[in-house]
Amino acid sequence: MSPPGGTGGRLLAAALIAFGILLPFLLGDASGFMNATIIAIAYAVMSLGLNIVVGLAGLLDLGYVAFYALGAYSLGWLGSEFFARLNVHVLVSPAMSALPGVHLNFLLVLAAAAAVCAAAGVVIGLPTLRLRGDYIAIVTLAFGEIIGVVAVNGQSISLGGGMTLTAGNLGIPAVDAPYFPGTGTFSQLDLRPWYWLIFAILLAVLFVTLRVRDSRPGRAWIALREDEVAAVSMGIPAVRTKLLAYAMGAALGGMSGAFLGAYDTVVNAGQFQFGFSIFILAMVIIGGLGSIWGAVAGGLLLGFINNWLIPDVLNNLPAAFGLNFQLTQVEFGIFGFLLVITMVLRPQGLLPERRRQLELTAAIPAEDAQLPELDGPGPGGTA
Amino acid sequence: MYYGVSDLVNGYQAGVVAGQPVIHHDLSKLGFNFAEGLSDGAIWALIAIGYTLVYGIIELINFAHGDVFMIGSFTAVGLWGPLGLGLTTSALGIAAGLIVSLLLTMAVTGSLNVLIERVAYRPLRSAPKLAPLITAVGFSFILQNVGLLWRGGNQQSVPDLIGAQQVAFTIGGVHILRGYLLAFGVMIPLVIATTWFIGSTRAGKAMRATAQDPEAARLMGVNVNGTISLTFLLGGALAGAAGLVYAVYETNIWYFQGFQAGLLAFTAAVMGGIGNVRGAVLGGLIIGVIQSLSDSRIGPQWTEAVVFGYLIAIMVLRPTGLLGEETRAAG
Repeated sequence: MSPPGGTGGRLLAAALIAFGILLPFLLGDASGFMNATIIAIAYAVMSLGLNIVVGLAGLLDLGYVAFYALGAYSLGWLGSEFFARLNVHVLVSPAMSALPGVHLNFLLVLAAAAAVCAAAGVVIGLPTLRLRGDYIAIVTLAFGEIIGVVAVNGQSISLGGGMTLTAGNLGIPAVDAPYFPGTGTFSQLDLRPWYWLIFAILLAVLFVTLRVRDSRPGRAWIALREDEVAAVSMGIPAVRTKLLAYAMGAALGGMSGAFLGAYDTVVNAGQFQFGFSIFILAMVIIGGLGSIWGAVAGGLLLGFINNWLIPDVLNNLPAAFGLNFQLTQVEFGIFGFLLVITMVLRPQGLLPERRRQLELTAAIPAEDAQLPELDGPGPGGTA
Repeated sequence: MYYGVSDLVNGYQAGVVAGQPVIHHDLSKLGFNFAEGLSDGAIWALIAIGYTLVYGIIELINFAHGDVFMIGSFTAVGLWGPLGLGLTTSALGIAAGLIVSLLLTMAVTGSLNVLIERVAYRPLRSAPKLAPLITAVGFSFILQNVGLLWRGGNQQSVPDLIGAQQVAFTIGGVHILRGYLLAFGVMIPLVIATTWFIGSTRAGKAMRATAQDPEAARLMGVNVNGTISLTFLLGGALAGAAGLVYAVYETNIWYFQGFQAGLLAFTAAVMGGIGNVRGAVLGGLIIGVIQSLSDSRIGPQWTEAVVFGYLIAIMVLRPTGLLGEETRAAG
């Protein structure tokens, strides 16, 4: 559900944006909470991307971590000393210009990450076009895992000149921090520039996503999700529309991945696990499938739970009950649990999309005229 | 031991066994690949039957099924202590203890699977199709973390009760290990029993009817919910049996073993034709062999990618599987 239009909605949006811009002045420069906020916003960008694929277009993607990986590697390849044999410098700080390797300005890296991921999204999407919904989930999962395996074993893939594809679990170290004329190079000692950068990315992505949802491709996604046969017979090009969803969703994941790579200062293959795909999916589901504001809320919420609430606040809770483990060990179990209870108790999510809410809660369910049966309905839809 | 891609080309390869350098002829290595692969495949086959039955009846990829298998391994190993099974137990005692722990494990995982269906899938039966798939993924993570808390995050070795890596006999230069015999000794009777149950009993007929058309089955007096629960019970019990075999055969267990096993078994089920029990067994055996070939000829670190690549190829090129889907067609 988008905020109400008209002046009320605009005022609310302006107030939220102003609050967002001023937030770093309320928090400390380098507090744990500030760190969690930055990561949570980056997650919200990914959540917006996955929401396009899963929520709007209705294609369940269980391999979204692939785009996190490709985005982060775009930075590793184009903004570090990893390809030490090459010497390419575009619009980077004077200090960086003296270093070997490929060094592009961070905005160029973002654009490259988006382009690489959009292309990968199309490649992964193509074979799934003819598949039924749940097979799409498994094929995307398999692609995500393959990219993970390639990332881990990329050390043994030689690109010539002693350079390899990835650095595996050792990680590509010391990737470039963003640098802009006027701001200098970002550092880990002052987190505020990082915050403003990712907040600006979020606003841009949010604006684009909202506009696209209400424009022709967005309505085509929803139509395909609701009834593919009807949509195609009304003249919607299914292939192009679905591939656009994959590409756009992937591009957002890639941009966020590149940002997180820079923020973490290292691109390590070990972080691209299947669990992360489910983590992002949980954000979309908990926020409300197909709801853009829900995706943002879900991303921020789970981002805070994952990076602040569980490690900083509740981590020793089990110990307080005499149990011998820490909450961070079971965080994926917690997200799994949240997925299950959300789906069972509030399938429309926290900030539901209006159409989806009607489908899931109204007396007339998705399968038009099939009334809910009281004594145990038959398996979901016999059609 | 690491074998390179070049071995595939050369047909010969050098290795070190028990400190002695040896050169395997490719043919016997191929035999080794098949023996090992088929036995691994026997485990995947048992898991795959659970996928294929559940998908056949409610069209749900029971994503948590692999983790039910993992819980099966953990339960079996947990039972050995109380049953007094250890390395010093006599052969007869081990045989009896394994049979008792097999039955108990199957009961536990069968009930667990029924419980998962009741809590996470049944409330969503009239919801859009992706909803139960999402709860299945959620449950998979819950079970993994239960395993993590149960036995910690590292691989754990368990007592090698039957000497799984010892050679039982040799055929044509191929060593048949005791573990292989166990895998087939458990898989074959269970598959025969399952096929008989589905094909010849009244409850099995109800399962087939529900898979074909749940509405019509209900109108004919079939208890649809009960039949679905029974399907989950059967699938869970077979996954538990696979879990026990895995623990005895591999002699180590960890909480994450169910993830890959589940995906392998799902691939097997799709490859054989979803809803088709014989197809699932065939698919499991083929996947096992592919895995073993990839382990020894391409390198174990790439096996996951090979299997997933194969999964994608199967789903895209032949989504109806080798033996065809039985659910909505012949029964």
